Amino acid sequence: MANITEHMEHETTTGLDHRKLLIWAFLGSECMFFGSLIATYLVYYGQGLPGTPTPVQVLDIPTTSTSTFVLLMSSFMMVMSYNSISKGNVKNFRIWILCTAILGATFLGFQFYEFKEFATHYGLTPRTNLFGTTFFTTTGFHGAHVTVGVIWLMSLFFYSFKGDLTKDHGLMVDIAALYWHFVDVVWIVIFTMIYLIPVGVSS
Amino acid sequence: MASISNALRRPTSTTGVWGWITTVDHKKIGIMYGISAFSFFLIGGLEAFIIRLQLARPEHALVSPEIYSQLFTMHALTMIFLGVMPLSAAFFNLVIPLMIGARDVAFPRLNALSLWVFILGALMFQSGWVFGGAPNAGWFAYAPLTSSTFSPGHGMDYYVLGLGILGVSSVAAALNFIVTIINMRAPGMTLMKMPVFVWMTLVTSVLLVTAFPVITVGLIELFLDRTFGFHFFNPAAGADPVLWQHLFWVFGHPEVYILILPAMGIVTEVLPTFSKKPLFGYPVIVLSGISIGFMGWAVWSHHMFTVGLGPIANSVFALTTMTIAVPTGVKIFNWIATMWGGNIELKTPMLYSIGFIFLFIIGGLSGVMHAIAPSDAQQQDTYFIVAHVHYVLFGGSMFAIMSGIHYWFPKASGRMLSESIGKVSFWLMFIGMNVTFFPMHFLGMDGMPRRQYTYDSSYGWDFWNLVATIGVFFLAAGIIAFVHNFFRSIRKGEVAGNDPWDARTLEWSMASPPPEYNFAVIPTVSSRDAFWEQKQTGTTIKENEGGTAYGEEGNHGIHMPSPSYWPLVVAIGLTISGNGLMYSFPAAGFGVFLTMVGIYAWSMEPATAPDNH
Repeated sequence: MANITEHMEHETTTGLDHRKLLIWAFLGSECMFFGSLIATYLVYYGQGLPGTPTPVQVLDIPTTSTSTFVLLMSSFMMVMSYNSISKGNVKNFRIWILCTAILGATFLGFQFYEFKEFATHYGLTPRTNLFGTTFFTTTGFHGAHVTVGVIWLMSLFFYSFKGDLTKDHGLMVDIAALYWHFVDVVWIVIFTMIYLIPVGVSS
Repeated sequence: MASISNALRRPTSTTGVWGWITTVDHKKIGIMYGISAFSFFLIGGLEAFIIRLQLARPEHALVSPEIYSQLFTMHALTMIFLGVMPLSAAFFNLVIPLMIGARDVAFPRLNALSLWVFILGALMFQSGWVFGGAPNAGWFAYAPLTSSTFSPGHGMDYYVLGLGILGVSSVAAALNFIVTIINMRAPGMTLMKMPVFVWMTLVTSVLLVTAFPVITVGLIELFLDRTFGFHFFNPAAGADPVLWQHLFWVFGHPEVYILILPAMGIVTEVLPTFSKKPLFGYPVIVLSGISIGFMGWAVWSHHMFTVGLGPIANSVFALTTMTIAVPTGVKIFNWIATMWGGNIELKTPMLYSIGFIFLFIIGGLSGVMHAIAPSDAQQQDTYFIVAHVHYVLFGGSMFAIMSGIHYWFPKASGRMLSESIGKVSFWLMFIGMNVTFFPMHFLGMDGMPRRQYTYDSSYGWDFWNLVATIGVFFLAAGIIAFVHNFFRSIRKGEVAGNDPWDARTLEWSMASPPPEYNFAVIPTVSSRDAFWEQKQTGTTIKENEGGTAYGEEGNHGIHMPSPSYWPLVVAIGLTISGNGLMYSFPAAGFGVFLTMVGIYAWSMEPATAPDNH
């Protein structure tokens, strides 16, 4: 792998590795994906049937702020793990990337708890009204992306024990990190559009 | 995972059936794309043939209304997603690395994945005919007709999951070509020295990568509605079915340019070659291609003029739609100016390209007519639209693709297609095209609606319908002549040599068919028509100084990526999970598991096997 990586960096027109360009183009595609989901949410905002739960009734800003903080901190850990591997410190890399994955999993735990609360306390499911339909789909697909990210990070963690993850493989971590930060940024948009603005406007 | 990849030894054969199945060579992948897509094109043509037979006479009862709905839906979907798009992908694969002076695409295994996901996804899509009915709600599948209440059975599920899987293939291929074109150009080939076909591929790929996620969201929402009772498109829960139209056309209009831009690229390669002149106005052609790509995002609501979006929205979209005709017109004038005063050789590829310009102008003119919202209100859902769409997609995209097939067939196979049969097939198709689709303008003006399985004799539509059906026989004869030409020439066609057309671009500088590694030495490019310049000035294309090829050959030969099973495994996993979502969730789970296994084994496997040095 080392040979091939170095090799490609010399060969490319832009000097960037192919894989780095690929992940950026892919993230561009993902922007359109989440853009469409959020647009659907906004189009249907406030269109729920009368008498069914509304965002202002069910959204719990303090709890979700906590989980947002957890996810943001995981991005910090991700930066630290990339920093470690670029210095060739595999041991620190393992610690940081494990922390990143754990915080990601914690965020998912929060989301699971939130979904369950909505269903049991407010009777809000995707089938209840348009709010339920769009809310669960948008945040659910974000959660699915976080899940993929956690699996990716854990794969890198276990892969590092094979001994093949060295200083020269910073790019493998870099690409996972780009994905992870992107998923974080998407959450900031979702948190603002779906949680903060509606509740803030009505209070 | 390592144990799994050890248990199945890496394929090494580059010949025979397994050589093709596990190949990562862009040329072989391109050929497989082309052959499978052309087969689906024939299926789509058969569907159209039955439609025309049904409409030949009033009150004809060749097929039932149910089957007829499936036929026109599947005809459109087959032609667009299984015909024209993958045929364009076939050219991307065959030609792009050769044109930019690369040995392969950036991600050869991802390329194989695109191919196999396309083939398996397309087969799954067509299997709806056999299992429980094909999609029947039109290719744009307006909500709420597609809900489980109004479309019970699995027909629309095939639509949702089939298009979803095909989207994976398209986006993966597009990402691959974006990286390949940006990052793998030969030294000296700056962006403004790239052949126009490469440019159009880049624009198309960017459109694919950005447009497909939008329809994917629409499909996911429709799937959740149908399978789990969500309310995205359920008016009873207060939902607005027009949302589907927006999501569909925000994708659907860029999709139109995804279909036509590669075709324009092909024509732009063919015309200068057979006019013996450099392309007229290269920068303008490139920039108008890019601006078509951009503006393609701002016109989608012209498909929805009669929905009632209001006068402001209609006016804005009417204006943007008329504006997009400008760069298109610029291209047409440039093509004509390229031919002007040239030493024109009317070989078959050139005939198809000139046919493209002629037919595309007719389709473009009726397109500008639809751009006028009040006029469109009269034309909406009539055969006038059917005429327009076939002039731009069949007369446009398909004629350009036929031109491309005739142009690059010698490069891919090493043999020439017969000129005489080629000319016969062109004239049959050209006449058939006009006899079939021109009368549809009259029928549409007369108010004949689309998508109705029959009509009453008293409406006075009998004559032109019969004429249109007669035209289809010419078209079919033209296609049969081409298929005959293909199989005849592949066996006993005249040997082509490196450069049968005296062409301009790098792919003609090497043997036909090209060696697996394409370029023994990566060339250094100094002008737009690199190969032509070399021939005119008598110089050889400079070798890449201190380049990697020397280094590689000095060490241990040229490294080519090794064949791999895993793209196929991932493609099978995806197709199983798609089918599973319809019929059994455990099966879908197994499909996801298989996909995961494939992805892990793939990422553990080096691109070039160590023992293959």
